[in-house]
Amino acid sequence: MKREMVFNLALLALILGVALWAQASDEPFLITLTTRAVIFAIAGVGLNFALGFGGLVSFGHAAFFGLGGYVMGVLAYHAQTYTPLFEAPLLIQGTKSMPVIWLVSILLSSLLALAIGALSLRTSGVYFIMITLAFAQMLYYFAISWAAYGGEDGLSIYVRNGFPGLNTMDPLQFFALCFALLLIVLLLVSLAARSAFGLALGAARQNEARVQAVGQTPYRLYLVAFVISGAITGLAGALFADLNRFVSPVMFSWQTSGEIMVFVILGGVGRIFGPVAGAVLFILLEHLLGGLSAYWHIYLGAILLGVVLFARGGLYGLIAGREVAHD
Amino acid sequence: MTEPILDIRGVTKRFGALAASDDISLDLRPGEIHALIGPNGAGKSTLIQQIAGGLAPDSGRVLFDGRDVTALSTAARAQLGMGRTFQISALAMDYTVLQNAVLGALGARGGVFRFFRPVMRDAALLARARAALDEVGLAEFEAMRTSELSHGQRRQLEVAVALTLAPRIFLMDEPMAGLGSEGSQRLTGILDRLRRRAPILLVEHDMDAVFALADRISVLVYGQIIATGSVAEIRSDAEVRRAYLGEEDEA
Repeated sequence: MKREMVFNLALLALILGVALWAQASDEPFLITLTTRAVIFAIAGVGLNFALGFGGLVSFGHAAFFGLGGYVMGVLAYHAQTYTPLFEAPLLIQGTKSMPVIWLVSILLSSLLALAIGALSLRTSGVYFIMITLAFAQMLYYFAISWAAYGGEDGLSIYVRNGFPGLNTMDPLQFFALCFALLLIVLLLVSLAARSAFGLALGAARQNEARVQAVGQTPYRLYLVAFVISGAITGLAGALFADLNRFVSPVMFSWQTSGEIMVFVILGGVGRIFGPVAGAVLFILLEHLLGGLSAYWHIYLGAILLGVVLFARGGLYGLIAGREVAHD
Repeated sequence: MTEPILDIRGVTKRFGALAASDDISLDLRPGEIHALIGPNGAGKSTLIQQIAGGLAPDSGRVLFDGRDVTALSTAARAQLGMGRTFQISALAMDYTVLQNAVLGALGARGGVFRFFRPVMRDAALLARARAALDEVGLAEFEAMRTSELSHGQRRQLEVAVALTLAPRIFLMDEPMAGLGSEGSQRLTGILDRLRRRAPILLVEHDMDAVFALADRISVLVYGQIIATGSVAEIRSDAEVRRAYLGEEDEA
């Protein structure tokens, strides 16, 4: 078995092990912390699809994370206040059903990514970074001023949304749900990375002229990658809001975009499991360093600097070695 | 006379006061290698870009297989059967040799928007890719990372990727550039066999290769074609000697 594969499995076993151990020793807070890492991992896997595989440095993925969060918040808010979302042209009610919320989050995030991507992918490099950032900031200020859903204060949801057959208020069961979604996302992304689409997208990242010369249009490849990327990060946003039972404009903020990018860079850009390692490391640092000082981000910054300067491949580059070309 | 596959009619491209292409007409017929030579800055690469797409002429038309492709994108022209190699190797350097060839086969076949099946297990694509690698003599290097290939091997791989497209014509922008004599002899042999697959428009500085390969030669100087003819005609053309070949002797 390849070293990378061993590390992948060890990583998943570690996450699962910590959650089970926390359950056995009655430490619900630790389960919540682990769930947070899992959700961040999903968000990072989403961004990595655009950033790592497509070379699209999006500094605006908070747009999708926040949208997913607000989909959950708004639907659940209408359900808990028994007010309809729309009355005309047809009656749409809120919902407390997780599967429905996930589906709507994925759908709306895809549409948003299609719109943002269609415009911003006409640029590249630093302009692309700035335009994606600008879109996310627009949504951030929109959320702040949207008084109907709490404005700056955000929305609190009293009871976590439901999943058929599970008690989602039980930390371990909610963890299991998020962990299962992470596995599904990782499986789909691994398949996509080795598919025809993955080959063409990776080639476009390396050399656009080559892709055009074999009759393909890089723009289309990028746009599809961006939509998939946004959809995954949107799903993570819905889960994150459900974890906290709270959604606020902070989910749309540029700091959130930055954090998602940190998961990817810490773990290893372009490595399928990279963001999982990155998110786990991030939570670990947040927990350990956060205990030392309220200004723990200074240490995080130093570590990030170290990774960027000395370990380009992130954690995965260090442990699993250079990426081997797909067979 | 056989109908030309590629027919360039009165193509003009100006950059400010400089006419990089000045009313150029040129064609490519089945089975031939048509070499385009000229000193540096004569506008050879500008012309290739207008033929392959990526640069729109100010006036004039590019007809490919009887169809006006002047307004089409690079990708669309490649789909129609223009197999291009670049002056500076344009390959996916992190990929293996085989992956680059499969990319070509995939691009030509279509169906890039498939997300679930592993592309490197697609028997049809692999067969097409391996046949092309075999033809340029890279079969034994298929598992090697492209960035680890020698310069000459990269040039061969460019040709192989173009081959996977089963193109109607080849557009080759200085394929011999930077090759030693051994490398350029090997590539000359490959191109010689290739003309039976599809005609080649060959932009080249290496005169040994041009004289060995070309059925016809066109000479481009300051954006204008000053002569077109057989190897013997071009060798003996006084204007060409003065404008181009003579310069080389002095240098």
